[in-house]
Amino acid sequence: MLSYLLFTLTMGGIYALLALSLNLIWGGAGMVNLGLAGFFAVGAYASAIATGAGTPVAVGLVAALGAGVVAGLIVTFATLKLRDDYLAIVTLGFAEVVRLIALNERWLTNGSDGMSGLKAPFKAELGTQGFNLFYLALVSLVVLAAWALLRRLDLSPFGRSLKAIREDQELAAFAGKRVLRFKFQAFALSAAIAGLAGALYGHYQTYISPDHFQPLITIYIFLAVSAGGVGRPTGAVIGAYAVVVFLEATRFVADIAPGLQPVQIAALREMLVGIALILVFYVRPQGILPERIPPAPRTI
Amino acid sequence: MSILAQAILNGVMTGTLIAVPAIGFTAIFAVLRYPSFGVAAYVTIGGFAGWFANTMWGAGVLPALVIAFLVAGAVGVAGEEGALRRLRPAGALTVAIATIALNLILENVVRFLFGNDLRGYDLPLKPDLRFLDLRVGPQQIENVVLAGLVMLAVFAFLRFSRFGKAMRAVADNVDLARLKGIDPQVVAITTLFLGAGLSGVGGVLLAVDTSIDPLTGARILLSVFAAAVLGGLGSIPGAVVGAFAVGIAEELSLLVVPATYRSAIGFAAILVMLTFRPRGIFGERAV
Repeated sequence: MLSYLLFTLTMGGIYALLALSLNLIWGGAGMVNLGLAGFFAVGAYASAIATGAGTPVAVGLVAALGAGVVAGLIVTFATLKLRDDYLAIVTLGFAEVVRLIALNERWLTNGSDGMSGLKAPFKAELGTQGFNLFYLALVSLVVLAAWALLRRLDLSPFGRSLKAIREDQELAAFAGKRVLRFKFQAFALSAAIAGLAGALYGHYQTYISPDHFQPLITIYIFLAVSAGGVGRPTGAVIGAYAVVVFLEATRFVADIAPGLQPVQIAALREMLVGIALILVFYVRPQGILPERIPPAPRTI
Repeated sequence: MSILAQAILNGVMTGTLIAVPAIGFTAIFAVLRYPSFGVAAYVTIGGFAGWFANTMWGAGVLPALVIAFLVAGAVGVAGEEGALRRLRPAGALTVAIATIALNLILENVVRFLFGNDLRGYDLPLKPDLRFLDLRVGPQQIENVVLAGLVMLAVFAFLRFSRFGKAMRAVADNVDLARLKGIDPQVVAITTLFLGAGLSGVGGVLLAVDTSIDPLTGARILLSVFAAAVLGGLGSIPGAVVGAFAVGIAEELSLLVVPATYRSAIGFAAILVMLTFRPRGIFGERAV
């Protein structure tokens, strides 16, 4: 029971990082990333490959951040000057391409067999239970750091500029904001956070394969951010933990509806996720914690 | 030389399969102004509706197409008009995300009812025809002919019928259309029926070509999007041209990259197009 709780909280933390990543660009700049699962995978594989080559886990995490930035810049390059739905379509394609590469470049990713035996830091010294506790603390600390950083960013001139761009791109440009540069920076930072989440996930599971990075994860995170409140880092974090609890709760569908085949139960659970997302849009579009618009700072 | 010709011929066949759902996607985009990810589910639902009619009632391909059109169209109207209408004022991106959720729900309804297995239509097997060095399946020819007829019917509908004109008017300018006495609500419902129905027809054509499972629609979604972006989001002739371009590019790519990367070609096509000609072949508003 305790290890189940530790596992759920650790996964909640990893989802919270993904939610912070999405919230930064969706809540911040009004851009949509439908390829979150792809950036998550890029980070996981980058760290797995780096640590597999013998570097310590810390270097692997940095590699994941870097890989996220590079992937983010590649994806945004063609779409930034266009309407936002183009970015949605391109990011969706990006996630698919990442999955294909992970499946087919066996020399790099070991294909559909996945990469196993990823370094789990201090597992030998701490034992399984101790490692789970340590890792929960590590992930929670990273979430806390990312949350503090993004909250500061949210209230800084950078965050205000992003929201100005979200509300009215032309007006922001007219006010002298360099719209494209802001969007590039926001997307790259967001992709880096998603990559970091992937690396943390990989070293926790010690095994990754293309199956771990299904598009469904992206939908979970959209549910988390919408439920928590788009535009507020605190909302994103709360939403992520809420979604993990919700996902675990849907396991009990099997108990309520006996006589169903496993595939039908799986289908019902995924349906519930979709229904929950639409219901959140209906019932509480501003989320649990609605966005606060801080008053403009006095300049004189 | 004949390898190249065969690849282009196959590309034309693939293009017809992409074209019909791409027209559906584009019609919804042009009139309602959001990209509907539900198209993936409508393709799958159409394919399964046709499969049910075919294997349970012994329906041929033509009746299966009609049934797929009606079922997928009805589901599309019920889903997007019933569940998502109230979200439309919140903006295109919100609705687009909601269509992803809708797609997830519908896809899993199909999985709940039919399971994950591949299903094939019950149709007589015919040997491939040969011209010179080229091979073509008779079913593929039938598909191309059927898809061509469907496209002609859509063009005629848009060009000459009252409804088609109203749709084009709303796509052009909602406010002006309303002033002229066109009810945008009715047009939205008709468009959703047509768009989802055509996706369903595409699902039958795809299923007849190979087989069908709950993820069939999701697998071709990227190619459909690529076709629509290539043609210029919102342009129906553009979607058709884009579909053939994507189909031929996918088949030609088999000559140089491993077959497993075929579905990445659509992504590459989107990136190249957006970088050099963001408005697509038949440019519409991109910014």
